[in-house]
Amino acid sequence: MSSVSRDFRRLRFDRVSRQFGSLAALREVSLEVARGEFIALLGPSGCGKTTALNCLAGLLPLTGGGIWLDDVRIDRLKPEVRGFGMVFQNYALFPHMSVRRNVGFGLKMQKRGRAEIAQKVEAALALVRLSDQGDKLPGQLSGGQQQRVAIARAIVIEPPLVLMDEPLSNLDAKLRLEMRAEIRRIHDQVGSTTVYVTHDQDEAVSLADRIVVMQGGTVRQVGPPDELYARPAHADVAEFMGYRNLLPARVLSSDAAGARISIGDAELTGTVIETLTSDAALAALRPDDLMPHADGPLAATVAAVEYRGRGFFGTAHTATGTELFFRSDAKVEPGEALRLGADPARVLIYAGPP
Amino acid sequence: MERDQPVGARLWAIAVWGTVGFFILNLLAVIASVVVNSFGTRWFNTWLPAGFTTRWYVAAWEEFQLDQVLIVTLEVVAAVVVLSALFGVPAAYALARRDFPGKRLVMLLFLLPLMVPPITFGIPLATVLYRVGLAGSLSGVIVANLVPTVPFVILVMIPFVEQIDPRVEAAARVFGAGTWRLFTNILVPLLAPGILAALLLVLVRTIAMFELTFFTSGPTSQTLVVALYYAVSAAGIRSGQSIDAMAVIYMVTTLIWLLIALRFVNPTQIVGRART
Amino acid sequence: MSAADAVSERVPLRLRLARRGIDGVTLLVAPSILFVLALFIYPFLYGLALSFAPKEGGWLANYEKFFSDPFFYDTIWKTLRLAVPVTVINVLLSIPIALRVRTMRHQRILTTILVLPITLGTVLVADGLLTYLGPRGWLNRLLLDSGLSASPVHLVHNYWGVLLALIVSIFPFTFLLTLSSLTGIDPSLEGAASTLGATPRARFWNILLPLLAPGLAINFCLSFVQAFSVFPSAVLLGDPAGTTRVISIAAYTAAFEQYDYPLASAIAIIMGLVQLVIVAAVLSSRGFFYRGSAVAAKG
Repeated sequence: MSSVSRDFRRLRFDRVSRQFGSLAALREVSLEVARGEFIALLGPSGCGKTTALNCLAGLLPLTGGGIWLDDVRIDRLKPEVRGFGMVFQNYALFPHMSVRRNVGFGLKMQKRGRAEIAQKVEAALALVRLSDQGDKLPGQLSGGQQQRVAIARAIVIEPPLVLMDEPLSNLDAKLRLEMRAEIRRIHDQVGSTTVYVTHDQDEAVSLADRIVVMQGGTVRQVGPPDELYARPAHADVAEFMGYRNLLPARVLSSDAAGARISIGDAELTGTVIETLTSDAALAALRPDDLMPHADGPLAATVAAVEYRGRGFFGTAHTATGTELFFRSDAKVEPGEALRLGADPARVLIYAGPP
Repeated sequence: MERDQPVGARLWAIAVWGTVGFFILNLLAVIASVVVNSFGTRWFNTWLPAGFTTRWYVAAWEEFQLDQVLIVTLEVVAAVVVLSALFGVPAAYALARRDFPGKRLVMLLFLLPLMVPPITFGIPLATVLYRVGLAGSLSGVIVANLVPTVPFVILVMIPFVEQIDPRVEAAARVFGAGTWRLFTNILVPLLAPGILAALLLVLVRTIAMFELTFFTSGPTSQTLVVALYYAVSAAGIRSGQSIDAMAVIYMVTTLIWLLIALRFVNPTQIVGRART
Repeated sequence: MSAADAVSERVPLRLRLARRGIDGVTLLVAPSILFVLALFIYPFLYGLALSFAPKEGGWLANYEKFFSDPFFYDTIWKTLRLAVPVTVINVLLSIPIALRVRTMRHQRILTTILVLPITLGTVLVADGLLTYLGPRGWLNRLLLDSGLSASPVHLVHNYWGVLLALIVSIFPFTFLLTLSSLTGIDPSLEGAASTLGATPRARFWNILLPLLAPGLAINFCLSFVQAFSVFPSAVLLGDPAGTTRVISIAAYTAAFEQYDYPLASAIAIIMGLVQLVIVAAVLSSRGFFYRGSAVAAKG
């Protein structure tokens, strides 16, 4: 029944827009996904990632732009003919059907034979390791089991694309880690193409081949996890990727090797990421990269300290009141005066607000 | 889901909306024909009467003693509203805040008068009231109408009480408020919107309540709807124009209170399902 | 005697009751309980007892009288003839309409208009239909003037008038219940079904209807019970001595025209029993359907 084949080469969002009344949930989003990739749409609530997924699934029509699978335009097609598999945040398992009937539902809609359905359902259940739960109702299963049923249901129809909408957000931390590994394992084993929505950057970084960071309905950056982790393209992306220190700074000088900036009274060297239009800048630093040094440029007083097993994580305030998040191998006490410094390669400089 | 629809789906949509439109059109036409009839000079074979007059209203006022009927209706409705609040609000509070053995049975007890139609319990109720001599009087009518309204108030108010954080009450008690003070100073003000909603619904339902009043009223304790019934059933083939005038007075009375009630409640709550 | 026994002996009654949830606050529900017991439960029991104490004859005389005289037992059939079609029509009609309305933006206007017949009550609806459907009413005028009919259609003082009155009065109630059941079904279930290839029709039969069925069964029972209790419409708009002599008329006549309270009580009991049998039959068929929550189970 699906009019879209599994052997596509690429999925393309071409300036996709979605307006809800006066609210623009998606603004001219353009993006490409190659077959076999695991793509994560990452961003805070309201960034448009779930809207983008729903548009891809066909649950929401576009108000502008188009979605293409190779040369076939798919955004005008109804969800029931696109044939994509989707795993919902609340799983959306049919409460009145057994696990087996849930998983086989898509095949039944494709009007496959009973024997074929039974065989495929068993294979899918084996893949998600739920072979012995086939006759249970969803209400009788645990959260992790329900999630696996939802995955089985989505992949058993052998869809060209598997869409996942924050499938792990309802699980506890331990289960989340286990299921994360399962999801990647299944993706690799089946060889599917997965579009995965999440607000958790740890999840995105560990699962995806490429990450699409979204904010306010637009794509801020696309790249592999290591690139996003080490070189976010904009200050807001940096903040989202865990660069908790976003310090207003003034540029003093800049050349090919790096830039010299001042933060309050201190002077630091950093790496320019975004083209600077004035001397106003933002310096982004991961807490892990800001550490006590005997001759570090930033003088601060420790405000609070947490023990994290492999080191200490603390907050400190400079004389001008700027809050800094830093890491220390040795123990520090609240009230202690420190000098903090960082490797210039890890001090990322962005254009600041004018 | 919003999608372009093929022809088949379009036709089906038209059929459905057509039925809804047909129903509403006829409903409004029914109401309109009563209104037109009440204002027309005598007419027989035409679409609309030749002229319009208000003399039927004057005639109805005198013929059916509407001044007395309206006073009775007011008395009954006021008494029912006040008494069902006095019984129902404290009961709702108790049910929302306490879990006791037999609570489920008590909830069922309060659900029954709302699910069983008034006729079914109206006749046994009237029989009992006749035996104790209450029937045929204003008190009898009030008592009979309270039977569905007390449970109604309880069922509507329970969710409102549950919405109030019990810690607010605990704080009040810590500061020395006894149960009475608790009610008057804390609970009633907080519950005021809910109580208002419930009482408006009781008001609307009691004005329209036919069977219970019919079975328990006497000649001097008829409410407007019962007086209307007697007039129509005595009329025979066609409703006289003065009867339709009374019908319009009844309709206006009900609709005024309905419109007031709708400012505070959702239309679906008038149906009385506590599950809203 | 152990220490625990010694302690429990000294716990006052008040505290023990409070532990089980009974204290001064709980007693606030007592007046209402007493009221409902006295004026709802007691009259039923009184009526039941009274029905076995006829004016003349043995203790079953009232029931024998009812079931031996066609004038009486025919009322059951006449009432069912009205109540069952009305309920079936109402429930079936409410489904497609509710499916459309739930996506509507201005639902409140529609529900307000629909609530009108319920608020206005059966008497006014009956009076209105008497004028509107009468031989000189607008409906007949339309049929005659447009040529759809050669002579006036008889819709008053017979079965059809009562049928229409019941549909107008009860459909809004049935519809609102269906709508509320429908909106209680998690919308993501339909989304999931459509991504799995289900057309709107397949979604209705495989997902919506099975999840709606338990609510529809209850809806049927509540609407049926209302329709079965038809009274003023049957008198004003129907043929109360003949084809629409419904069981409530029989009970009323016995009580207030013949002052035969035992017989009236018996008829009321029979009325309740017939309703109970039908309700039980409909509810027991629910067992064939899924009865759990219509919300997708969460982790």
